[in-house]
Amino acid sequence: MKNADDPNYSNKIGCYLREGGYSMLKKSCKMKPEDIGAEVLKSGVRGRGGAGFPAGMKWKFLDRKSGKPIYLICNADESEPGTFKDRQIIHKDPHQLIEGMMIAAYAIQAKQAFIYIRAEFFEGARILESAIAEAKAKGFCGDKILGSDFSCDLVVHRGAGAYICGEETGLIESLEGKRPNPRIKPPYFPAVLGLYQCPTIVNNVETLCNVKHIMEIGGDEFAKIGKPNNTGTRIWCVSGQVKKPGYYEFECGALTLGEMIYDVCGGLLPGRSLQAVIPGGSSSKILRADERFSGKLKDGTEFDWGVEDIPLDFDGPMAAGTMSGSGGIIVMDDTVDMVEAMANINAFYAHESCGQCTPCREGSLWMRKITQRMCDGGAREEDADLLLSVANQIEGRTICAFGEAAAWPTQSFIAKFRDRFEEKVKNPERKKSSLQLI
Amino acid sequence: MNLSEETILKIDALIPKYPEKRSAALMIIHLIQDELGAIDLEACEWIADKLELQPINIQELITFYPMLREKPWGKKHIRVCRTLPCALRGSYATCQALEKKLGVKEGHVRDDGEYSIEFMECLADCGEGPVVMVDEETYENVDSGKAEELADLLKSGKLEKSKKFVSYENALVQDTSLEVASKPKPSKK
Repeated sequence: MKNADDPNYSNKIGCYLREGGYSMLKKSCKMKPEDIGAEVLKSGVRGRGGAGFPAGMKWKFLDRKSGKPIYLICNADESEPGTFKDRQIIHKDPHQLIEGMMIAAYAIQAKQAFIYIRAEFFEGARILESAIAEAKAKGFCGDKILGSDFSCDLVVHRGAGAYICGEETGLIESLEGKRPNPRIKPPYFPAVLGLYQCPTIVNNVETLCNVKHIMEIGGDEFAKIGKPNNTGTRIWCVSGQVKKPGYYEFECGALTLGEMIYDVCGGLLPGRSLQAVIPGGSSSKILRADERFSGKLKDGTEFDWGVEDIPLDFDGPMAAGTMSGSGGIIVMDDTVDMVEAMANINAFYAHESCGQCTPCREGSLWMRKITQRMCDGGAREEDADLLLSVANQIEGRTICAFGEAAAWPTQSFIAKFRDRFEEKVKNPERKKSSLQLI
Repeated sequence: MNLSEETILKIDALIPKYPEKRSAALMIIHLIQDELGAIDLEACEWIADKLELQPINIQELITFYPMLREKPWGKKHIRVCRTLPCALRGSYATCQALEKKLGVKEGHVRDDGEYSIEFMECLADCGEGPVVMVDEETYENVDSGKAEELADLLKSGKLEKSKKFVSYENALVQDTSLEVASKPKPSKK
């Protein structure tokens, strides 16, 4: 992202070439495809879409022996509430993504690649289309890339507003022209049985951009950025009630959640105090401002953190019982009614459930109804336990991870803010002054 | 169904881009919806015929995806983000201000067909919330006060020319100096 915010930098190919763009593609095309995969594996880069799975491993699982065509898909269906990093890359530096994709396509020997972009990014899709046309005219994409024998066509495919298309097997179904009902794994691991039942790699926008940087400095050097097992930089998206929300790129683990909120984002609005933070998009578990976490990290070091001490990488939030997910940090101050915030999140998941698995389809709807009723003045004593029991019956009982994504917010809200749910029973009326969230 | 020559040419160019015809369904639906405003049964049958599918294969898409329509929205369609990060910055008040000013409830089309408002889920621009889209244009940091201004400009037909609201996508394509997003600190990379 280093060039994106330079006022003299545009999303046209001229600027990208001026900054040395596409030189890594030239270098890569002279290498053996498997050597590129080895560099990516060495770099330890973890997927930036939410699950944090090592990208090199994903590529390694690819079934190369089947003889079927191999496909590469870029997941640009950015839809996790709180996340807006891919938008910046697509709008401001689309050629970086195209170069990363072409290197990745060469590495896995895919002859056809797709960018699945969410339909709300009208301008983003147009920018990508024109960037691809520019790249094709210069021979960076399409037939016989840079005069080599390798060809790979790149197609921009627009979704139509469904959150579930961000789930990789749902995305594949959608790209096949069907309803995006996720597939069950096993056997439908995309690397083996993906698009049209052919081996397929699905990577996030930011992950594919990192491929370019890995080729630039080498896998070993990339692995030195950040911390072991948490390599590279990450783009953190801060939203909610801070003075300066926005996106900020840092090395993994370079700063803590507190430094991000107070130093980088200018702190909270005047006279407010921190109540809660959702650290990785709305499906990650919420953190209460006065919580403490202690235990042992994977490498054996003991830790005792407050919320503000949690390091911003993959493993830090994990150790605190939540996740860094897609890097969307949502900050809530003391004016927020936590039951309303819960109702807002539940309404999102009820709207976005694909309806394939009963626990998720019914459960997400009931969680929405219960929290909505609580906010409308009808809170009952048993509601907190009822919500928890619904959430517990979704988690682990669905085909895809949407079930967890819908259940985790409720489970963590009840575990950490049960007092607010009980308070709602005693004072069911909505405070006139409070911010409406549902 | 009356489709323009241009759209039909685009559709015909689109299908061979995909290894299998059916994959082109969503993109064809977008093209037709952009021209006609909605996909009715006749359009479903036309697309199905084009892709050698059954009409139900197209209808099941229209009824699933939130952005696909069986009936058209208003001439100007306003989308307001409802999800938590925007709500924390006041998107409920934004939506109510727009409803009042434009005389239509969210989820509905005004009787004269001019305006429609949709209170929808995350638009992925959470750092600049509340986010409002008018047709394909994004407007950022639209609190309830600005929403009233936006509605006035929209009603007087001056919105497109207004520089009051930053739509950074457009600014970027035409003039990079208008960019006003937050600056990331330079990484050591």
